Amino acid sequence: MPAVRTETMTVNMGPQHPSTHGVLRLVLELDGETVLSAAPTIGYLHTGIEKTAEQKKWQQVIPLVERMDYLSAQSNSMAFCMSVEKLLGVEIPERVKNIRVLLAELQRINSHLVWLGTHGMEVGAVSVMLYCFRERELLLNINEMIAGFRLFPSYMRVGGLREDLPRGFHEAVLAFLDRFAGKLDEYEDLLTKNEIYLKRTIGVGAISKENAIAYGLLGPIARAAGVAYDVRKAFPYMGYETYDFAVPTATAGDVYARYTVRVAEMRESMKLCRQALARISPTGQYAIDDPRITPPPKDRVYTEMEALIQHFLIYSQGFSVPAGEAYVPVEGPRGEQGFHVVSDGTNRPWRVKSRAPSLLACQALEQMIVGGLIADVIAVIGSIDVVMGDVDR
Amino acid sequence: MDSSALIDLLEGAVPGVFEAVASVDLQTTVYVPRERVVEIAQALRDRPELGFEFLAEVTAVDYWPREPRFELVYVLVSIEHRRRLRLKVRLPGADPHVATVSGIWPAANWLEREVWDMFGIAFDGHPDPRRLLMPEDWDGFPLRKDFPVQIRRPAYAAEPLQVTEQEFRQNVQRDRLSRQGHEG
Repeated sequence: MPAVRTETMTVNMGPQHPSTHGVLRLVLELDGETVLSAAPTIGYLHTGIEKTAEQKKWQQVIPLVERMDYLSAQSNSMAFCMSVEKLLGVEIPERVKNIRVLLAELQRINSHLVWLGTHGMEVGAVSVMLYCFRERELLLNINEMIAGFRLFPSYMRVGGLREDLPRGFHEAVLAFLDRFAGKLDEYEDLLTKNEIYLKRTIGVGAISKENAIAYGLLGPIARAAGVAYDVRKAFPYMGYETYDFAVPTATAGDVYARYTVRVAEMRESMKLCRQALARISPTGQYAIDDPRITPPPKDRVYTEMEALIQHFLIYSQGFSVPAGEAYVPVEGPRGEQGFHVVSDGTNRPWRVKSRAPSLLACQALEQMIVGGLIADVIAVIGSIDVVMGDVDR
Repeated sequence: MDSSALIDLLEGAVPGVFEAVASVDLQTTVYVPRERVVEIAQALRDRPELGFEFLAEVTAVDYWPREPRFELVYVLVSIEHRRRLRLKVRLPGADPHVATVSGIWPAANWLEREVWDMFGIAFDGHPDPRRLLMPEDWDGFPLRKDFPVQIRRPAYAAEPLQVTEQEFRQNVQRDRLSRQGHEG
């Protein structure tokens, strides 16, 4: 009779696996079903956006940065615009700030809905995905309304917004908010006390507060582990200090804690949206009044020579940004996000670097899955909400 | 943000290494000499009055053809004191290397790998000094300013790796052992 022997098995998960959220590749070493080590391999989606941005004019970078983290387009463009505006030394109007807050919070709900849908589906709750995408559709309709583009509106521009809010915007957002409160309860009915969901998530993929800090996970993952840090509270921007909202935290640091934190964040975002919407007048100033940066309205371009020249200059040469560097953090759906922007005083950026919260989450993934079961790897990847476009850029 | 108070604190912690410069944003900006990065990083994290326990970002900027060519940027956050600091290191173009801080902030591991990948700045003592995003056989460092853009290059593929079954098993085994040693 041959001697019984055991050996560990190396399994290649991804890059094309339906639950790796794009193209994440994990080399897992397994002892039976237990994960002994995990080595994430990334870079399959690297498109050199940072290098491309150096060849573009300042305003042309916005569509590029929106495509980095493709689930939080408006947060990206807001972070980029704020860094450039800091270098320009301009102060944007109050109304634009409120609109940006509203759009950023809608984007957060949008991103969390995709996360909840895909995460739910991966742990077996397929109907959650359909429910979440139903409500996300309404948010995409709002994007289509303001910019004609559903995923990457490029609506935020350096110096303000591309154009004024469309007619019917307030009604559309209000209709969404009125509907969404009840729908969020519906999702919670499906998951929060669902026995199967609890068994798949409680105590799974936990990360300690110390590790969350050491691995730089500023965002929902750290908040689920007890780090009460939110850029909107710690370093307020866009007038967030004048809004009334809470920062939800949890202490367990496991998949379930991350779920509760994100669901609570959606409720807080709804509160913020209502407050911001009440402050926004249907029409008004939508960009700074600076002829170097803001193109004139179209009706003036067609009737006035000076406006036509100004329009031509802005669209052919762009504008110059004073030399210097700036990094303005914002709280994106995945955590602290920002663009380290360096200018050499010309009309093109010298360097654009995105702080990618997904990259750090991906790095810490190993800490969360080693020692667990292979089936839990899926639940953990879903719960850290990585966007591979943000990891690889 | 009271940057002068923070600079006084920094001077108190490690005297005579910080060169403060003006900044337009939240971050107080200081230059430090590259030989003392690890010592300074340790003090920044461990001294309670500084408490920069979060490393938010490591990146680099290439100022080619100026010398010193590279500037390495660390963005640090102290949650407790609600402060931010931008630590910068100047590096010469001929010999860009600096000691790793991944022993102090584990988050630096991949961030430094990305800087190596994109700029060719070496991190001495890094536990895993490989490329992060580009293919491993990539030639050159794409985010350097003298790396050409918008050129046509014939497509190429690396020679397929020819190994025997036995060599393959040995490679897997060696990889495992090295990773276990790295963790332990």
